[in-house]
Amino acid sequence: MKRSSQSRIKTLKIDGIDVAAREHETILKLAQENGIFIPTLCHIEGLSEYGGCRLCLIEVKGSSKLLPACMTYAEEGMEVTTNSKRLRQYRYTVLDMLFSERNHVCSVCVSNGHCELQYLAARTGMTHVEVPYLNPNVPVDASHPYFIMDHNRCILCQRCVRVCDEIEWASTKGVMGRGVDSRIIHDLNDAWGDSLTCTSCGKCVNVCPTGALVQKGKSAGEMEKRRDWLPYLRLMHEE
Amino acid sequence: MMMHDRLEEMALIEEQSRTQFTQQVRVCVAAGCLSSQSDVVKETLEKEVARNGLERACQVKGVGCMGLCAEGPLVSVTTNGEAKSRQVMYRHVTPADAPELAEALVAKKTVKRLQMPEKMPFFDRQVKIVLENSGEIDPERIEEYIAAEGYQGLLTAVTEMTPTEVIDEIVRSGLRGRGGGGYPTGLKWITVAKMDGPVKYVICNADEGDPGAFMDRSVLESDPHRVLEGMAIAGYAVGATEGYIYVRGEYPLAVERLKLAIRQANRLGVLGSKVCGTTFDFNVQIRLGAGAFVCGEETALIASVEGKRGAPRPRPPYPAEYGLWGKPTLINNVETFANVPAILRKGGAWYAAIGTEKSKGTKVFALAGSIQNTGLIEVPMGMTLREIIFDIGGGVPDGQCKAVQTGGPSGGCIPAEFFDTAVDYESLRELGSIMGSGGMIIMDESASMVDVARYFMEFCMTESCGKCVPCRVGTVHMYNLLDRIYKGQGRPRDLAMLEELCEVVRETSLCGLGQTAPNPVLSTLRYFRHEYTDLLAPEAGNGAAPAAKSPAAERPLEAKS
Repeated sequence: MKRSSQSRIKTLKIDGIDVAAREHETILKLAQENGIFIPTLCHIEGLSEYGGCRLCLIEVKGSSKLLPACMTYAEEGMEVTTNSKRLRQYRYTVLDMLFSERNHVCSVCVSNGHCELQYLAARTGMTHVEVPYLNPNVPVDASHPYFIMDHNRCILCQRCVRVCDEIEWASTKGVMGRGVDSRIIHDLNDAWGDSLTCTSCGKCVNVCPTGALVQKGKSAGEMEKRRDWLPYLRLMHEE
Repeated sequence: MMMHDRLEEMALIEEQSRTQFTQQVRVCVAAGCLSSQSDVVKETLEKEVARNGLERACQVKGVGCMGLCAEGPLVSVTTNGEAKSRQVMYRHVTPADAPELAEALVAKKTVKRLQMPEKMPFFDRQVKIVLENSGEIDPERIEEYIAAEGYQGLLTAVTEMTPTEVIDEIVRSGLRGRGGGGYPTGLKWITVAKMDGPVKYVICNADEGDPGAFMDRSVLESDPHRVLEGMAIAGYAVGATEGYIYVRGEYPLAVERLKLAIRQANRLGVLGSKVCGTTFDFNVQIRLGAGAFVCGEETALIASVEGKRGAPRPRPPYPAEYGLWGKPTLINNVETFANVPAILRKGGAWYAAIGTEKSKGTKVFALAGSIQNTGLIEVPMGMTLREIIFDIGGGVPDGQCKAVQTGGPSGGCIPAEFFDTAVDYESLRELGSIMGSGGMIIMDESASMVDVARYFMEFCMTESCGKCVPCRVGTVHMYNLLDRIYKGQGRPRDLAMLEELCEVVRETSLCGLGQTAPNPVLSTLRYFRHEYTDLLAPEAGNGAAPAAKSPAAERPLEAKS
């Protein structure tokens, strides 16, 4: 990678700590470099940013609105707060909403113990869900020979849609419907097993933060996902 | 100047052909009157006029919206040489009335039975800029628009002014975005004009979706050239050569008239390559929406034009910097563009003299709900709600006016005690509502404010795109809570949770749809909290009714049990 000596360095404050950022560096990346934890779900290193989960919202001095850390770039003299009482409360409620939206039953989930949603809930100290469960009747697509799409666990972060489009260049996955009725689909809402475009690469399964996309044959708690390859593939694409 | 002569000649010919007739009969053929068969009225009137041997003396033509939609189909009759104020207006005209009308034309009398009162505050109190040609000219003929000084603003701009001078004129006018936000239009134009790059775009947002609002539809159906002219002027000012009009698919008539208008303008040379004989090119294309309200949000609209799923993205970067296909893009609403030709023709100072200190010019409102004169009006900024609702709107038919809802699902309800507020962007915001695109729904004493809030929340819930969590899930929870409260099954803690969710959804949603979705709830809670508390059941454990809704009740029945 070329490091231009002219690249401008920005200095700013995150939670009172002085930090230095490269140009075009997001607050999220900067925070991670400096060991400051900001919760995320739709963000994943190596894919384009989506800005949909609203968990990484931060306060920036001088801005009346909360900004997503994953899509806010560091600027000279910025003062960022990543963890205030207000932000904690909002994040808690957003997680609440995610748990209430579909049917997340951790104890029988193949991703139990390896789930990002579950991890964030534990980390924020969630003990129960305050809003009523919606209990939607959503299907499970097990038509693919190797993988299962369980809509009960889907949080619509669209990591699978993005990896299929941006890395595998297959664009098998998409979204249909809107609002709370949105669903991840394959091709033109075909069964996954019938998809003519799916290459069965399994990248979508590995980027999925929850147990919505899993390998067949795994039992509760057995589904561990590997993501270390993603930034390298992204680099290869860029070169 | 070739184009100048050409336009003048066309206007002259049009004027001559008009003065051949002694009388003009205008029949409204915009969507409102069309739905009550005004096209048949027009046809029968033409036949009857011919049958009475009046075809050389009396011209029957279809025109755009006259505003008083409640009384449609509307027909107006003017006599050449007489002042416009002497025109005779007929209401509720049916095809069966045509013979009587034609006979009255022969006898130079009026049909008292159908005639509207001569003095009507509905018409007298309005100031028309955007709607100046609506109800006057035939929207399907470019000649009539040109005879009404059409394309003069564009001609002056491209032949006599520099882009900077055009922008200065807009800045001087104080025009602000009419889509609802009220962002200064001149400032937006400056931002796009300052961006580097040979490729820029102009987009006209005609994805009008607020319940009860039909301002943009009316402008496009009644005077499509006006919007095209405004877009072309904007294109010249910011340095764009391509324009898109994003019209919602539910407006087929508007699309048809726009298509025709674009064809006519291209053929005449006021649009397309070498606009008015200069080196400036400006092509306009139409894009159709497919029924998503969220596509009125600018970033979602851009995604939709690009052929992607209509979902917003976080701003910044704003479209002025990174818009359609990553290029600097100017997005304005139909009504904003429709103001531009008049500003260029009459000057920014003239426009700035109308309205209040911070909100200049006029605003088009669509009056709907419990009101006498349902329809479309244009009033100067700063007119009070009382004047709009009672003087122009004629008040609530048999009943008391309780509140007015402005700004659609992003707005709020303003109770009757604030009706003396002068309407502008700031004053409505202070009252917890917004100007919005111009929908005004008037509610009488029978309206339940909880039901109103529930209705708008249902709208937001079904129109949420599903991208961000708070809007996607939060609107469902808020709707469920409102539904419970409205049905008398809510408890005090439900109200508390509703308020908490309102705050979270407002603060954390990605785009304007989610951020403003709680507004109808918050504003009704602010002014009509007692209506909520009156409906609440006591907390469980006090011998109250059993729990209204258990999650198990919604679970699909299992086959084996």
